[in-house]
Order: sequence, then C-alpha cells, then structure tokens
Amino acid sequence: MARIISMKDAVNEALDQEMTRDPTVIMMGEDIVGGAGAQGEDDAWGGVLGVSKGLYAKHPNQMIDTPLSESAYVGAAVGAATAGLRPVAELMFVDFIGVCLDQVFNQAAKFRYMFGGKAQTPVVIRAMCGAGFRAAAQHSQMLTPLFTHLPGLKVVCPSNAYDCKGLLIQSIRDNDPVIFLEHKNLYASTCDVPEEPYAIPFGEANIVREGSDATIVTYGQMVGRSVEAAEMLKKEGIEVEVIDLRTLSPIDMDTVLESVEATGRLICVDEASPRCSIAADISANVAQDAFDALKAPIQMVTPPHAPVPFSPSLEDLYVPSAERIAAAVRKTMEN
Amino acid sequence: MSEITPILMPKWGLSMREGKLAAWHVDEGATIAAGDEIMDVETDKIANVVEAADAGLLRRRVGVEGEMYPVRALLGVMAPESVSDAEIDAYVAAYETPSAGGDEDEAGPAYQFADLPAGRIRYAERPGEGVPLLLIHGFGGDLDNWLFNIDALAEGASVYALDLPGHGQSVKSARPAGLDLMVDTVLAFLDHIGADKAHLAGHSMGGLVAGAVAVKAPERVASVTLICSAGLGEEINAGYIDGFVAATGRKDLKPVLLHLFKDQGLVSRSMVEDLLKFKRLDGVQEFLTELAGNLFRDGRQARQIAQALAASGVPTQVIWGEADAIIPPAHAGALSGAKVSVIPNAGHMVQMEQAAEVNRLIRDFIA
Repeated sequence: MARIISMKDAVNEALDQEMTRDPTVIMMGEDIVGGAGAQGEDDAWGGVLGVSKGLYAKHPNQMIDTPLSESAYVGAAVGAATAGLRPVAELMFVDFIGVCLDQVFNQAAKFRYMFGGKAQTPVVIRAMCGAGFRAAAQHSQMLTPLFTHLPGLKVVCPSNAYDCKGLLIQSIRDNDPVIFLEHKNLYASTCDVPEEPYAIPFGEANIVREGSDATIVTYGQMVGRSVEAAEMLKKEGIEVEVIDLRTLSPIDMDTVLESVEATGRLICVDEASPRCSIAADISANVAQDAFDALKAPIQMVTPPHAPVPFSPSLEDLYVPSAERIAAAVRKTMEN
Repeated sequence: MSEITPILMPKWGLSMREGKLAAWHVDEGATIAAGDEIMDVETDKIANVVEAADAGLLRRRVGVEGEMYPVRALLGVMAPESVSDAEIDAYVAAYETPSAGGDEDEAGPAYQFADLPAGRIRYAERPGEGVPLLLIHGFGGDLDNWLFNIDALAEGASVYALDLPGHGQSVKSARPAGLDLMVDTVLAFLDHIGADKAHLAGHSMGGLVAGAVAVKAPERVASVTLICSAGLGEEINAGYIDGFVAATGRKDLKPVLLHLFKDQGLVSRSMVEDLLKFKRLDGVQEFLTELAGNLFRDGRQARQIAQALAASGVPTQVIWGEADAIIPPAHAGALSGAKVSVIPNAGHMVQMEQAAEVNRLIRDFIA
C-alpha cells in the first residue's frame, strides 16, 4: 500500500463506495448535502466539517438533508432500516443524542430481541465525538459508555484512517444498529488506506505495539497518545503493549486478557468521563478474570469527572496527555 | 572520494522507513566480496541478513549494533588502503541521509499498474539490460514476497514482480479463479512490458504458474526457476491452505503462518496485520476459496507440470527449503533434467529466509 489519506477522506470514501455498491444505502442528516444544487460550490458544505463533500453529486437519490430535528430524522432512519433500507444518519455531534435517545435505545436497540429475531435494524448513526477541538462542553463529549451500557447496540470508535474506512463499511453491512463515533481531532490524521473496499470485523482489537512489561488498553484519540507514552517509556527501558479496542460493543476481552496475562500490568486509558466508563469496565473484567496475573494495581487514566472546559488551557489539562499516561505506567512498574 | 563506497541501510519495500542494525558480520579491515553477508537488519515487519552490493575493504563501521537508522543512513565505509583515515572521517561527517518518504526517487520506485484482459494488475519494475526476469508469488502472496530478492536480482537483469489476479492489489473479480487465468495473465503481462521472452521464477503456486506458462508458450520462456513449487507432486499441507482461507483474525491467522518459516520468530505482528489487510479486501475471500478449491482441494494438488515441463525443452532449476512444511521437499526431485538445490535452514519462504542463496542461484542460472 502506498496511498496516504486522512480519516476524513476515509469516511467519505467508505460512504461513497457503499452507496455505489448498494442502492439501499442512504444518508440523512443536517447539512450533509449543504445546499448543493443551489448556486455556488461554496454552499455545498457536505456536513459541518465537509466530511460528505462531493457525495451528493454522485448519489443524489441516496442523500437527504433533514430539518434541524434529530428526533425526527433519527427516528425516520430507524424506521427506514426496519423497512429494508440501510440508512446512515449523521448526528453531527454525539452530544445531541439526548433529544433522540428513545429512538435509539428503546426502539432500534430492542427490535431484534423483542420481535424474536425476525426484525433487523441495519441503521448506522454516525457522530463526531471527543474533546480538544475548543468546542466547549456541549460539543466535546465522548459518551461512549452511554452506548456500551445498552444491549442491542454496537459501538465503534476508530483511532486511524485505515480502521475508520473498514469499520464504517462493516457498520453499514451489519444488520444491527451501530453507533459510529468519529473523533473530530483525528479527521486530519493520515495513514495508508487501500482504495479497494474492505471490512474490518467487529470485536477484534488491534495490537498497535507489542511490549512485555505493561498493557495499555484504549481506543479513539487516546491510542495515539498511548503510543507516544510508550515511546517515551521505551527510552526508560519499559516496553509497553498498546491495545486499540476499535469496537467497544462487542469488546475483545480475549486480546486484553491474553496481554495482561503476559505483562501482569494494566493501564486503561479512556477519554470518556471516569465513572462507569470503558476504563472502569475493562478494569473490572480483568480484576475478575485475571487477578492472579496482576503484578500491580490496575491504573485508570481518564479526564476528571467534570464537563469539558471551554478554556483552551483547561481543556488541554482535562484530556489525558502522553505524560499522564506514562506516569500511570511508571506507577504500575513500582511493584 | 570516488574510491569510497558507502554501506547503507537497505530499503525493503515501499513502507520501510527505518531499520535496526541488529549485528555486524564483518570487522573493520575485512575484505568484502559482492554478495557476502555483512550485517543483520530488523524492521517492524521482518529480520534479514544484508548482502554486500559492492566489493571492497571495510574501513569503518559507522552503524552501531542495536541502534535504529533511517533508510539509506550510512552504516559503513569501504575504501582501498590508499584512502586516508582523514578522508574517511570527512566522508562520514559530510554524509547526509536522504529524507525518507520524500520524492519518488528517494522513496524507491513506486508500484505500477497494467490493464490486462483479466483486469488491473499491480507490478513492480526494476529496469535493466537483456532478457527480463519475472517473479511470480504463491497462493495468498503478493509481489512483496520478493522483498529481499528484487533489488539484488536487478543487478544482473531487468526484473519484474506482479500481483496475480485475486492477490495483492490486483483485480479480485477475474474468473474462473484457476491456473488458466494465471497463465493467461502472465502471458498478457509479458506482452504489456514488450518482452518476447523472459526468465520466470515462481514460488509455490507461482512455480506451477511459471511451469504452465513454459509448457503453453515455450518460445516465450528463457528459463524457469521453481521455488518450493506446486505442480511437482500430489501432497500439500491442507491445514495450511484451508486455515489460510478460513482465517479472519489475528488469532486464527498467526498459527497458520508459522508453517511458512523454519524460523517461526519471523512471523511478526506486522506481517500478520498486512496479510489481514489483504484478506479483508472485498472479493478476496471468494477468490481464494474458489482458487483453493480448484487447485488444492482436500490436501491434493490438482495440477501437475513435471512431465510436460521436462518435455518443453525450457531450461529449469528447482530450489527448495529443506524444512518446507507446506509442500514436501521430496518433490524437488520430480522434474527430470532440472538443476536442483535444497537449502538448509529454510522453510517454505526460502526466498525470504535464505535470500542471499536463492538470489545467487537465480543469478547464476539466468546468466
């Protein structure tokens, strides 16, 4: 491979290829078309950050700009999914899930179970997540644990452009409702991405970096920072394994347990709020299933239990840094 | 200064940016012949021994064992006795490593694509003189299986390596997935590069393809080198073929890949990940399933070439890894008239595990 593209372009390419492959794949959301068709290209935003730019020209019958009503169009997407389409609804910021949560957790997530497996709801809800974008408390949350708490939903949060394309294609082809969270700070990150379509199966964590002394388990934006921390620690003679969960429901606990059994040390890094978080969930599972393997208490690295600050200096302190991650690893090495 | 010959960190494949100088095999003051094993280099993908590209007297080991260096960093200096230490000091001080991933010249030649009747085919080219050499990978492989061969072989001839249909970055929709498709694609590729005649070297299933091309069009084939080749006997490791086709994740693929190497430590996380990236591409699963069904069903090889190839009159050689766990090394003797070499300390991927020896055998054979 040798084609380097950004995560934003990877999302665009996945949507483009899936809408081309399957005419039942449709997109709906606020400003995803963004006035294309009106005078002037400047008007065609393709979503708030231009992720779907250019797609309307290729797939005019598969994209709908909706009114500013999440409760209406997310509900419509769920309904369309039960009726045979494969809608991809864009929620702009995941922080807006509150106004349409019933459609997601009490409807989409329950249909397969309540109709005895006879109903399928192949809907994808894409949304931007995460802090570090100077977007304040109402546009910067992770909210990943909110979704993993609910049986019947699949939850995906990629850390790089390659995974993003393959996981989004898998999300669209999957027959269950998928919450697909794109960290807005990663849109500009680049890596090798094959032009051909490909799907990455759910529930398979990626071992980003191998190491024998400690295991960092993380996802999303924190993967890059954990690798950065691991590079710092390498200079101190500490070899850290970094596991990118890729999908939070289903979750690949096998890979986590196997690694912790080898290293004996676990550091969970999560950008979500600390209480009932992904970090807390992994920690509890490892404490239950691999306690004997642990050489030191498990460490969790998360933001404080507070809204995301708008002040840039405070926001930078809020999001876990490579230094904080490295400090937590060093703490496990004291034992 | 022109008497000074640098030894540089090699570049194995497009994605390599840096490598670790794991060990030196030569001391300062040693006289090196081209092809001598001079050092071990490790990347995140693979470890291998580096052969000297040039002959000379090793005056200075610049690279330190255990350290990481960017591609084309200066690792050593060769120069005759007449060059003073001061001149070597000046050369080392003045050497600037070309930036990695910069313009195309520095990043190494990019892959190319050819639109053939079967569809789009990816290939790599190393220009040179005379009758070209075409390298054909095996089942589930791609042109990067020749990572340690293509540059070394290019010193003697122009060299091409392609991705067969259904493999690498070549077309996945071509059908039926079988030997005829591969043979026709190789012949169409020779047309594409304007080669009336070529030397063919094929690994595993690629050997079967190379042999079948020689049988079908002997006038187009100057010689055939079969490496751990299919088509020379019935047995093949069914667990490997079926396991490779069925694997969808790291946990089921890695144990299968261990069969490929004598030194199983060579199967790195990154090698497994690269193969998963290939297997996840749309159409690959279907293609490999059909191909395995047509060629290697139930641990038996459906197509045999030994007799017809021996009768074709094309010069042949057979190379095998002594510890091959995929196709039995006993098959090496099946092709009458062939020059046979069985190489110790190598498994099925002998062209990677003992690259220097395989390169030498191919160079000598086609010379």
